[in-house]
Amino acid sequence: MKELTTPLDPEEVAELEVGDPFTVSGKIFTARDAAHEKLLAEHEAGNEIPVDLGKYPCYHSGPVVNKKDGRWNIVSAGPTTSIRMEMFEPDFMDAFGTRIFIGKGGMAEDTLAALGKHGGVYAQFTGGAGSLAAASIKEVDDVFYLDELGIPEAVWLLDVEEYGPLLVTMDSHGNSLHDEVSENIEKNLEAVKSDL
Amino acid sequence: MGTMNTDRLTEKLVPAIRDSVTSLPQPTADALRSAKESADGGAAVQLEAMLEATDIGEREATPICQDTGVPTFFVEIGRSSPYVEDIGELESVFTNAVRRASEEVPLRPNTVHPLTHDNPGDNTGRHVPYIDYHMADGEDITIHYLPKGGGSENMAQLTMMTPGRGIEGVKELVLERVASMEGKPCPPTVLGIGIGGGANIAMNLAKESILRPVGERHEEPEIAELEEELTEKANALEVGPMGVGGQPTVLDVKIEYAHRHPASFPVGIIPQCWCNRRAAVSIDPDGSVEVIE
Repeated sequence: MKELTTPLDPEEVAELEVGDPFTVSGKIFTARDAAHEKLLAEHEAGNEIPVDLGKYPCYHSGPVVNKKDGRWNIVSAGPTTSIRMEMFEPDFMDAFGTRIFIGKGGMAEDTLAALGKHGGVYAQFTGGAGSLAAASIKEVDDVFYLDELGIPEAVWLLDVEEYGPLLVTMDSHGNSLHDEVSENIEKNLEAVKSDL
Repeated sequence: MGTMNTDRLTEKLVPAIRDSVTSLPQPTADALRSAKESADGGAAVQLEAMLEATDIGEREATPICQDTGVPTFFVEIGRSSPYVEDIGELESVFTNAVRRASEEVPLRPNTVHPLTHDNPGDNTGRHVPYIDYHMADGEDITIHYLPKGGGSENMAQLTMMTPGRGIEGVKELVLERVASMEGKPCPPTVLGIGIGGGANIAMNLAKESILRPVGERHEEPEIAELEEELTEKANALEVGPMGVGGQPTVLDVKIEYAHRHPASFPVGIIPQCWCNRRAAVSIDPDGSVEVIE
């Protein structure tokens, strides 16, 4: 299994292909619907973004958190459904140069095209496996827009160690495992329906 | 007539809610484990991560999935229970138990006002906890808790099917839905299917059917057979764990039905994710409260 570290090496990311499993050590940040909207609005307004979003993978996740001894602690942090962010990701990549997006369920053609343009990948973290993700999160480095967006929607910058397993399902070469699986499902559905 | 000991019930419910989000029912865990044994490729990677997450959840008493759902209770009220008159107490007991569990487990604050986005932060709100009451035979009161994630709930579908399509139409709708959902409801799923009644009845039956343990068939042989057929055919679609292809796509299919209007044939489909969490406690006639699931 490939082990990526952050800040991400653009060449290393561009070389990843559909079907490759990998882990990430270093930092990742979370962003769901509201965080994407907020970050893009801040960028549009010319305001400073508190962290360089091009260096780290973007994780589609809204964590369960609590506070221990005054410090934030991530209790569980599995992926959310990524397709909701399809409307943001091409602009997000143009604005911030983010190269790795992690979530569940896959994304569509606009993101696939943008991944090709920026040499990026989309990877799937097993949905529902929030406790497994939390086990690889060593510390909360920082949190942004917490008061405005609330816990699940805020941007959490996290220190991670061997966060994964992640499976590349969309790469920078125009391949999407989701498209391959979809075609196979369609074919199987016809066969199954003709036998009812 | 007895008087329900609401404190005792709350003391049992809080840990039951904790267990519901930090562990899986045995039949679900067994089904995932046996699926893992025969899986390969990306499917095996996904199933392995699911089992590992389950182990961590149980070992560390932390939620397996960060989406701990919107609190929903199903209450079966035994007609001969001495506590039938006390049913009105349950709403405040559930609200208190949910508030405590939200802080102590913790649960993700998941209740948002649809217009103002206001989040009370303790998983309560208008109509939440949602409580579904119905009468049943016997002298126990059984309380089911179903913390269901938004990803699988978003894939729910109601079809007011043309009655002429008959049972073949039901099969087509279910298989087409499994195909179109792909990985979004976090497969391998438990598919809940409600047939007949009216629009709301079909959806409610679909949701309730999920409470039946994985592997347990419907009491009527014709329905049981349909459940088995749809399980086999859904798996032939090869959506695979988390939609990466391969086996399995569903852990089980559950069907419940009601008699329907001659002009209507509602078919409700509600998938439940692989993280098939729930809890159940029962109040005996002597007032003791047992955790039964």
